[in-house]
Amino acid sequence: MIKIEHLVKNYGSNCAVDDISFEVGEGEIVGFLGPNGAGKSTTMNILTGYLSSTSGKVTIDGIDILTDPIGAKRLIGYLPEQPPLYLDMTVEEYLNFNYELKGCRLDRARHLGEICDTVKIRDVYRKVIRTLSKGYRQRVGIAQALIGNPKVIIFDEPTVGLDPKQIIEIRNLIRGLGKAHTVILSTHILQEVQAVCDRIVIINKGKIVANEKTENISSAVDRSRRFNAKICGPQKEVLAMLRGMPGISYAEALAERDGEAYTYMVESEYGVDIRKKLFFDLAARGWALIGLEALGMSLEDIFITVVDQSEERPSKAARPVRRSRGQEKNTLEREVGATLLEDAKKQRAEAALHQTEDDE
Amino acid sequence: MFAIYRKEMRSYFINPIGYVYLGVFLVFSALLCCYTTLIAATYDTSTYFTYLIFTFVILIPILTMRLFAEERKLRTEQLLLTAPVTITGMVLGKYFAALTMYVGGILISCINFIPLYIIGAAESMGEDTALTHIGPVTGEIVGSVLALILLGAALIAVGTLISALTENQLSAAVITIGVIAAMVLLNVFNLLTDSDGQPIIASYAVRFVLDWVSVISRFSAFSQGIFDFSALLYYVSLAFIFLFLTVRVYEKRRWG
Repeated sequence: MIKIEHLVKNYGSNCAVDDISFEVGEGEIVGFLGPNGAGKSTTMNILTGYLSSTSGKVTIDGIDILTDPIGAKRLIGYLPEQPPLYLDMTVEEYLNFNYELKGCRLDRARHLGEICDTVKIRDVYRKVIRTLSKGYRQRVGIAQALIGNPKVIIFDEPTVGLDPKQIIEIRNLIRGLGKAHTVILSTHILQEVQAVCDRIVIINKGKIVANEKTENISSAVDRSRRFNAKICGPQKEVLAMLRGMPGISYAEALAERDGEAYTYMVESEYGVDIRKKLFFDLAARGWALIGLEALGMSLEDIFITVVDQSEERPSKAARPVRRSRGQEKNTLEREVGATLLEDAKKQRAEAALHQTEDDE
Repeated sequence: MFAIYRKEMRSYFINPIGYVYLGVFLVFSALLCCYTTLIAATYDTSTYFTYLIFTFVILIPILTMRLFAEERKLRTEQLLLTAPVTITGMVLGKYFAALTMYVGGILISCINFIPLYIIGAAESMGEDTALTHIGPVTGEIVGSVLALILLGAALIAVGTLISALTENQLSAAVITIGVIAAMVLLNVFNLLTDSDGQPIIASYAVRFVLDWVSVISRFSAFSQGIFDFSALLYYVSLAFIFLFLTVRVYEKRRWG
């Protein structure tokens, strides 16, 4: 349905998108994952014809966006990062304007009615958009993208700035859309793509790092390496023992105390499951392990594990140059690490948020 | 294009801007008409139209300032540029909306001439109208209105381009006022003379160029009720050039 071949976009000497190629099949929901500034929005803006590429080819259902932009745009519904709303219009006026703008030929009243039911904005239909909350504005933006029943729907960070309940609702909505439409969704939140998408394309610094089915990425991600361990015992000695334990690459005492128990952050080496060993070793010393909580993975970890995994199964993943394994990991770590530190923190916050969602 | 035209027309009246424009223009033109004809005790409307041109230096930017600047600021241009509409269609839709407001205002302001016709009719009562015409000259008025519309068509295109270049309504308005004022006033320098009655700008070539560039110098034939085809062509090409540049601005931004 969507075919991107060797897409390059330069802003002056700055290369935002560097030779990206991938395809999206009909009815597929693809997640476009990457840190801020990785080139997600640029790619989406090129897909929708808002920007032109420096080189490369984009076809939507066989129509080239450069040679027949109008024809290609007819097939696309787009929700940009900031929903393009006219704040002084009512929802009704806004949707009608979009209906006319897109030259839609469906039965107007029925089509708009259906869309309002899908995104649940009937109760604000006659309100001025300026007065709506962020969540409703986002939905009006989504409604706009659905007008004309486009074959392809593109969402750029659709859940940014929404509260957890709204996030879940929007995700469910997008999942529902995947039945009848081809959907591309960009985000920097892993859980989001895991929850919604069939396939995940990870992009960093303008290059595709991984292009995998969601199950593959999820299984990589399940092997979490970081734990918060709550251990009863003298802090210094426990920490010394943890640091000396084979399989543990890093340990740190956190400033958290629960009676006689202290909390430690423990990071295992790649591919080692330390949980059982940790339990028995501590028990042998008479220190009780009273809590063990796996921490969410940062995007940084995911990049590394995903690339690692695709090395074990050399298949689809795009890697620039083949190096020895250790080298590869190191350079990637360095490259990714700097840009991702911020995101890693956000990611953890997001993970915590998820915990609460799940509790609901 | 029609969707964008309708949206712009609606937005003139959702926002106070359309009402402000029409209100200010109608009040001002009525006052001008009073002072230049009724109080001056003349049927000659040429002074009225000259002053009207100067009011448009301030009023046209009100119509054009938000056309593109606002869309850019609110990021709604992304909606228009990813919709199945050509850039030319988008620019023309907005341009014609502003032009409609402008022409509408001028047409409504034609009620200002009614008192002149009434007085003219009263005065010519019992006179032999075959020999002397008493009252306003309809040909002159129609010609001037037509010229005013053409002039506005060119100036609105200038405002459209400037709005596309800026992100802030206010700066769009200020720059537009400056540019339009320059375009209107350029040939004023030609009229300046020193104490001996010689023009300050001695070179004929310079005066010719200033006259040619100035949008106001083409006005005179129309205001005498003569249809000046070259002036029509001049104003229409001016509008075309500025609209073409606006389209180019958007094309270029895509490739930026």
